[in-house]
Amino acid sequence: MTALAASPLATDTLVIAGKPYRSRLLTGTGKFKDLDETRRATDAAGAEIVTVAIRRTNIGQDRDAPNLLDVLPPDRYTILPNTAGCYSADEAVRTCRLARELLDGHTLVKLEVLGDQKTLFPDVVQTLAAAETLVRDGFDVMVYTSDDPILARRLEEIGCVAVMPLAAPIGSGLGVQNRWNLLEIVDNAKVPIIVDAGVGTASDAAIAMELGCDGVLMNTAIAGAKDPVLMAHAMKLAVEAGRAAFRAGRIPRKRFASASSPIEGVI
Amino acid sequence: MNVLLNGETREVAGTCTLAELLASSGYAERRIAVEVNREIVPRSRHGEHRLADGDRIEIVHAIGGG
Repeated sequence: MTALAASPLATDTLVIAGKPYRSRLLTGTGKFKDLDETRRATDAAGAEIVTVAIRRTNIGQDRDAPNLLDVLPPDRYTILPNTAGCYSADEAVRTCRLARELLDGHTLVKLEVLGDQKTLFPDVVQTLAAAETLVRDGFDVMVYTSDDPILARRLEEIGCVAVMPLAAPIGSGLGVQNRWNLLEIVDNAKVPIIVDAGVGTASDAAIAMELGCDGVLMNTAIAGAKDPVLMAHAMKLAVEAGRAAFRAGRIPRKRFASASSPIEGVI
Repeated sequence: MNVLLNGETREVAGTCTLAELLASSGYAERRIAVEVNREIVPRSRHGEHRLADGDRIEIVHAIGGG
């Protein structure tokens, strides 16, 4: 442990909007069985940033129901309100302003503006418009987008604090579909690149991190697993392993074998 | 007078403030955000904000999401 503490591993932090984080795994809080499972999975994932959705209350029905923010208190977790379910820039901006009021002036938001219900692909035109408005309005915007290097650069230029390309469609579990695009996005970026959406299992998360992404955000891959708490643990290890492998620098791929043991002195 | 609370019609006294409506609906101590006619009314102003006939009020909170 002493060697680790002295190594750069100890100081390998993810910085978002000026705040350092030790965990590079960001988790969603949807689709869990109950709030206790949400809490246990979030804990197993070691997540420090958790997404939440902003929705109408059910008048008269949820008066005594436990509240998500009692289970994941904002003084312990960075709450990342999302604009899930928004199909226009106006709806997304409205949702972010409500989130800011709800969380006492909190400015960090996850912007996602979707194009249609079948693909859940981002509507990039509306996303750009919403990002411009929100940045002007003082929000720290982490933006969900398609895996397009030009668009990622444009969102960074607008002033987003993190760009979050998809690995594959939301909830699909297909894993990283276009690693060359992700590599290009990572190479060009000066803000953190976080893969958001499409991860299915631990190796998918590791691949994203090995490509040099700064973090992974996931919900369904954990919440939809047979054992969400165990999968959250697996994802934590995968993100850490992928990050360490990226920083260690992998060997080049070669077409032919190369012996591990010395050739000289063979008897 | 009538107001629309999260899409449901609610009859309230003519002098009702937003804080009174929230308290009578069980939201006095809850972590919520409120819009009246699509304008956010900050928590610090719930007490002084008088409702008007036909106001459309939206109360939102945080729930699980990805």
